[in-house]
Order: sequence, then C-alpha cells, then structure tokens
Amino acid sequence: MQDATPALPLRATVDREVTGARVIAGSVAVLVIALFLSLSVGATGVTLSSLPRAAWGAIQGSTDPVLAREQLILLGIRLPRTILGLFVGAALGVAGTMMQGLFRNPLADPGIVGVSSGAALAAVATIALGNGLFLPWTRAFGVYALPFAAFLGGFATTILLVAIAGRQGQMMVGTLLLAGIAIGAIAGALTGLIAYASDDRELRDLTLWSMGSLSGASWPKVVAILPFALLVLIVLPKVIRALNGFLLGEAEAFHLGVDTERIKRLVILTTAAAVGAAVAVAGVVGFVGIVVPHLVRLLAGPDHRFVLPGSALLGASLLLVADVIARMIVRPAELPLGIVMAAVGAPVFLHLVLRRGIGGVE
Amino acid sequence: MKLGRHAYVALCLAGGLAAAAALAGPARAETVVTDSGGRQVRIADASRILSIGGDITELLYALGAGTRIVAVDTTSQHPPEALKEKKSVGYMRALSAEGVISVDASLIIASDRSGPPEVVKALKAAPVPYVEVGEHLDAEGVVKKTRLVAGIVGLEQAGEELAARLEREFAGLAAMRSRITRPARVLFVLNAGGGRVTVGGGGSSADAILKLAGAANAAAGVSGFKPLSEEALADLQPEAIVTMRRSGGNHDTDQLLAVRGMAATPAVVARRIFSMDGLYLLGFGPRTPSAALDLMRALYPDLPWKREEPTR
Repeated sequence: MQDATPALPLRATVDREVTGARVIAGSVAVLVIALFLSLSVGATGVTLSSLPRAAWGAIQGSTDPVLAREQLILLGIRLPRTILGLFVGAALGVAGTMMQGLFRNPLADPGIVGVSSGAALAAVATIALGNGLFLPWTRAFGVYALPFAAFLGGFATTILLVAIAGRQGQMMVGTLLLAGIAIGAIAGALTGLIAYASDDRELRDLTLWSMGSLSGASWPKVVAILPFALLVLIVLPKVIRALNGFLLGEAEAFHLGVDTERIKRLVILTTAAAVGAAVAVAGVVGFVGIVVPHLVRLLAGPDHRFVLPGSALLGASLLLVADVIARMIVRPAELPLGIVMAAVGAPVFLHLVLRRGIGGVE
Repeated sequence: MKLGRHAYVALCLAGGLAAAAALAGPARAETVVTDSGGRQVRIADASRILSIGGDITELLYALGAGTRIVAVDTTSQHPPEALKEKKSVGYMRALSAEGVISVDASLIIASDRSGPPEVVKALKAAPVPYVEVGEHLDAEGVVKKTRLVAGIVGLEQAGEELAARLEREFAGLAAMRSRITRPARVLFVLNAGGGRVTVGGGGSSADAILKLAGAANAAAGVSGFKPLSEEALADLQPEAIVTMRRSGGNHDTDQLLAVRGMAATPAVVARRIFSMDGLYLLGFGPRTPSAALDLMRALYPDLPWKREEPTR
C-alpha cells in the first residue's frame, strides 16, 4: 500500500481513474442483481412478478388470502430483509475500509475498535439476564430489547476506547489499536462469564445470535437503521481525501493538510455507530469487513475515491447473496448468515492471500 | 293425532340434523380457541398442521392426527416417522418466517419456547392461525395440554380419552410415590462432555420428572441446567444418576465415570447409573407418566410393583 505518489505519468493516472469508475459501475450492476435475487427468491416460491398485484392489493385494502400471502412475503418479509441486508453489508464494508485505512493495517476489521465485542457483551447479557437483572429493560423494549442493548453496548465500548486512547489530547493510532485489543479482551471475558452462568436454552440463543442472521428483519428495524445509513452516506465523501492521505502515513497526511485528530474521531465514531447498528439488527457477521475492501483494492487500486463506495456496494452484494443462500439451501429451515459468509468469504480470502499477498496493490 | 304429527316432524328434523352432522365429517365449523398466551385464535381448517415442539408432535400422533401434520421442527423426534416423513422447518428457536409460510400449513401449533421472538411476532400477525401452547412441567400441565391440543384440532373425544388415561396413570404414580419411605437422592446429568458436567437443577424439566418419579433432586441447589465443577459434583453425593441416552453407546456414562469427583459417590460405587431417552424423559408429552414410571421402577425396585405388561 505504498503507491499513490504524485510522480506518476498522466496516462497511468487517467487509466486508474477509468478502471476505478468501471469497478464502481460493475459493483452497481452486481448490487442490482443481488437486490433482484434477494427480493425474488425465497422458500415460498413467490416471485417479483407478483409484486405489482400485491402492491395494488395493498393500496386497495383487498382481503384476498392469496394476495395477502404474497403481500406478506414480498412486502412484509423480503423487502425489509433486503433493505437491512443492504445496510448491514454496506456498513460493514465501509467500516472495514475505514479501519484498514486509518490503522494502515490490512488485517483491520470493523471490530478492531471494540464495537463487535461490546455489542456481543450487551446482547449476551440481555439474553442471559433478560428475565433476571435486566427484566425492566426487557419489559420496556420487548422484542427490541436485544438490538437496542447490542447497539448501546457497541457504541459505549468505542466511546470508552476513544476516551482512553485520547487522554493526552492526541489520539495515537498505536494506543488505539492496543487499547482496542485490551477492551475487546475484557468484553470477551465478561461475555464468557455470563455464558458460563447461563442455562441450556440461553446458551443456545446466545450461540445462534453470535452466528448472525437477518431472519428477524422487520419494518421497525428498517426505520431504526435509517439514520445510521444516512450518517454513513454523509460521512463517506468527507473522509475520502483524508484516508488517501493516511495511506502515506499519519504525519504525512497532517502535512498534506488533513485534520488528523478530527478525522480519527469522525471515522471511529461513524464506524462505531454504523457497525453497532448493523450488529444490533443482524448479530455478528464476519468477513465482509475484512475481505471486501481487499477485493475492491485488487480490482480498483488503493484510491479511496473508489475503494470506499466500492466496498459499500460490494459488501452489500456479498451479504445479500449470502443471505439468499442461507435461506434457500436448507429450506424451509434457514442457516445462520455468519456461517454462510464465513464459508463463502474464507476461500475468497485465502485465494487473495495466496495469489496476491495481502495488500492488494496492482 | 296432532301430537303424533308434531312428534313425527320433530323426529324428522332431528334425524336430518343428525345426518347432516354425520356427513359434515372433518370439515368443521370455524372455532375460536384461547391459546396459552391468552390470544383468541380463529381456526377454520385444521387439516394441514405445522407442529413446532416435540411434545406437541407426540400429542398429535397420540390423538390420531399424525396424518394431518405437514411439517415439524427438529425437536419432534418421536415418533421417528415425524422427522422422516414430514418436512422440517429447522430448530424451533431459529425459525425462518418465509420458510414457515412456505410449508402451506392451515394451522400452526407451536410451543411457547419457539423463537426468535421477531419471527414468532411476525407469524402471529400472519394470516395462518398460530396457536401457542405453553410448557407446564407437572401432571396437571400435561393433561391440560392434551385437552388444549385436542380442542385445537377438533378431536375432543380422542383428547378426553387420552386425558383420562393420563390422569389414571398419574394417579397410579402418586399412589406408588406414597409408598416410598425414603426418597432417593438422584442427580440428572444432561451431558458430560469435555470435563464439563451439566446437571438438571431446580425448576428444570429434569427436576420435574424426578419429582414425578418420587426422587429427591440432588442438584436442587442450582437453577436450571447448569455445568458444575468437580468439587461441587462430589459434594452432591447422589445415590443414583440418570443420564440421557445417546445413539452410539453410553458415551456420557463413560465420561461421567472418568470425572474424579464422581468416583466416590454412592451412585458410582453402587453402579446405579441409568440412561434414558431424552425426549421420553423430558418432553412432557403423552409418554410422561410412562417415563416417570420407568424411572421409578429403576430407582425403587423394592416397591410392591404389580406384575404388568412391560412399558416401552
């Protein structure tokens, strides 16, 4: 990742821009296909051709049972699930890119700032203590007690991390990384303690949650993640230049005019919020955050003008396709999403490592 | 003569109605049942049932409604035909909304332990009637569940027969329990893999079946199914141990015997370790009194048992 010097001949720069643009265009096409698949494929065999009929029936308020079933499947189950999948995939892809760019570490993933471990801790606590210590919480939020707790846990952990690492007024990236590992370990230990003290049924719920799934998708959840999706969209263009600068090193970026402290805070907090929300609605889904940025860099080079949007698009596509596989491969049952992602992502990752070496620069 | 004619008309009407009722057969009128969660559910057609929960599937087969089941979940392991012949919607706590709808059931009878909660919520709001059946770990609970499920599928008569039989069997169990002079201290081991021994503590289904069999739960101090340390296990000093039989031999018993803390316990010394089928023992379905009886026979061979036909 030590390229991007200003001394390239003009031709190479233009070529790179064209490649980058092509990759983005290709990613958009892949996403459209993935969206189409996610909406039209399902265990019931209802296809998108029923959509106009179902939508019209919904508007008219018809009570025809066949129409009602199609409405339920397309608009009540698949559509919110697709939107959530789109958000989760894009958020994880973007967060992974930002973390890899900020820490200049090709193995960084969104969880490196403690979001995933904090969210997992909060979720496990809610599952195990939901009928005990956390009963008022469960009563207050009902079905949403778990996602809300997961989000708060993830976000709070990152805030804690930022507070620890930024104590001297300046946030050292090295400190951030190490403190992140330490906090992650503490959260992991607490999670393990709680899991050890839970009974058989709670343990099963815990395990299932930590394997990730979009099966709990619903419209209220879609509404809940909208502000985070907006946040990511707003922040994305602002950090492109900064992350490109970071490619050279933090001091060099500073000299290039990047407000490094502000950018660090912005990137970390955005990651915490977006990934917190993603984990809250889908549980722990690995591989998107780590593999997708490398895939995009392999195709389009390290310029964040292309890698950031590309990761969002490709991350969403990968997740949606994995979700379709998860729901179809053992229908009418369903596999946890995280398992399919790992099964699909791990070979891809291995291929990357063997073929190109991690770094992915052309 | 007038009386005669009126009586004749009345008889014809009655006869006609009776004939109509007889011809109506399984096509029942729409009924409204109140499920365990207090919800009123309108059921028009109980001919294609999705059964979620091993105990519910067992009950349906026992009531003779097995042919009406179109799909089950993975905990429905008895009778063996259930999982072999019917479609499976997966593990009961990891249901898929679209998957459940795709089996095209006209009625869903689900244990209240089904999940995840958002999917259950979505299914309750879906057009297919969803009836929740609660889990009650005692004799009255099992009988009540039998009558509830029978009422849901319109087999009230079969339900009454089964419920009456269960009540008789539970009464027989209670009578035998009163003959026990000193309850045995029994430990229920759920699994004993990798050095971790998980036991059935107070409030668990294991605790409930031990109570029915007239035993004292050695692990009553813990709550639910929990792993215990070696020291804690040795401290319990059980006189007998009940484990779950698994396919492929008594793996758990071997593992258990390998735990040092267990070696000195009266149960291991006297080799009083019994393996029984998990669903049979803990399912709290129609085989419950029979399971409790088998356990009681194993624990108290010296009670005045009548010479009867062997139970399953």
